[in-house]
Amino acid sequence: MDKMTEEQYRAISNMLRKRSLWMLHYCTGCGAMELPPTMTSRYDMERFGIVPYVTPRQADILLVTGYVNVKTLKRIITVYEQMLDPKYVIGFGSCAINGGIYYDSYSVINRLDAYIPVDVYIAGCMPRPEAIITMFKHLMNLIDSGKADGYKRYKQNYEFYKNNQRKVLG
Amino acid sequence: MVRTILIAIGIPLLAYGFGVSFMMFKRKIAARIQRRYGPTFIQPLIDTFKLLSKQENISHGIMYDLGPILALAASMTVIFFIPIPGMKLMTGSADLIALLYIMVIGSLVMALGAGESANPNSTIGIARALTLMLGYDLPFVIVVITLVMKYHTTDLYKIMQMQTGGHWAMWLLPLSAIVGFIVTYGALGEHPFDVAVAPHEIATGPMAEYGGKHLGLLMINHAFHIYIELALFVDLFMGGASNLFYFYAKMFVIFVIYVFFDEVLPRFRVDDAVRFYWRWPTILALLGLIIVLVR
Repeated sequence: MDKMTEEQYRAISNMLRKRSLWMLHYCTGCGAMELPPTMTSRYDMERFGIVPYVTPRQADILLVTGYVNVKTLKRIITVYEQMLDPKYVIGFGSCAINGGIYYDSYSVINRLDAYIPVDVYIAGCMPRPEAIITMFKHLMNLIDSGKADGYKRYKQNYEFYKNNQRKVLG
Repeated sequence: MVRTILIAIGIPLLAYGFGVSFMMFKRKIAARIQRRYGPTFIQPLIDTFKLLSKQENISHGIMYDLGPILALAASMTVIFFIPIPGMKLMTGSADLIALLYIMVIGSLVMALGAGESANPNSTIGIARALTLMLGYDLPFVIVVITLVMKYHTTDLYKIMQMQTGGHWAMWLLPLSAIVGFIVTYGALGEHPFDVAVAPHEIATGPMAEYGGKHLGLLMINHAFHIYIELALFVDLFMGGASNLFYFYAKMFVIFVIYVFFDEVLPRFRVDDAVRFYWRWPTILALLGLIIVLVR
């Protein structure tokens, strides 16, 4: 395959990939409360091809819904590393951005981005279904333009992420 | 020679097209029943492409990798045994009995493949799938014996031909047709018989450890599977069809009924499913057999 066809293939595959995002049904915090209305009749996430799937091997999106304590972080990293490339992470709600109301807790990490690469953040406590759908559209645009490259950053800066993880998990 | 090659390529493509179109309709109809807009019509094709284009670096062994491929191969073999309108495919003598054996291979190969991944969910899923198969195969074998007694042949193509002109087995043997309907339903694995792939209990069972390209192959296999079960039902009980359009239309009617049931029913426990199959469908099938024997 020469360079031109490779470019075209990547463009087409990104275009199709953004229409079929399977998200992992793994709810780590209270933000997951807003997902059922987004999935069901009223807001109907399946319009965009976004469907909940149950195992990390099948999923494309990992939603980190809410605060992440140290115990959960360990599971999140295991789950993230089990997923197949290309994979995307979404920091969901205020807690995943800066710790939210748990910012000074001894067992909660504040910045998720230091431990696994996050592609899209969504602010709010909690974000409403409209905001979630806007965020998914944003993620789809990022995938289409090839900017959702969290899984590549994780490989490139593997030592950085592992060091941060080791500091917390020991 | 050229014709043989064309058939060898064309028939699986046709079967895939039929199966995938049913998958598309299923998601759209299900969405409308739940008062949703639903996904794009070609969503299953997009999903398959995405799965096949994923990068994969995981393997749990040779059988794990071979499982989906062999399942696909088994499905294709079955497809060549099922006659389509106006074409006698690999129909030897007693192909109905051969079909009964070959149709099991897909499930067994999947059991080997998923078993090697050593995921407890997969193991439970396999156990459930094989137990359910034990359940619906008993009434199905009785139904097949009934048909053979009725038409005095084990040639699927002849059985199909003898039903032309409205003499469908569905009208002549209504009890057996009802049993055949329920058995096909169980083989398709829709609610309430989706014990093997129960996403909320055992994380999609045999597929729990499969992802990426493996899952893409399994999705293609699922399309084949839908085609096989529906085509067999149409051939056995609805007299096949005179052309492909009627063939598709008959399959479509049956499939829509399945989707309606699928959307409103909950899930059986596996022991309840087997108990159900060994009670009512078996009794009905035996009654049908007795009626055929006496007349």
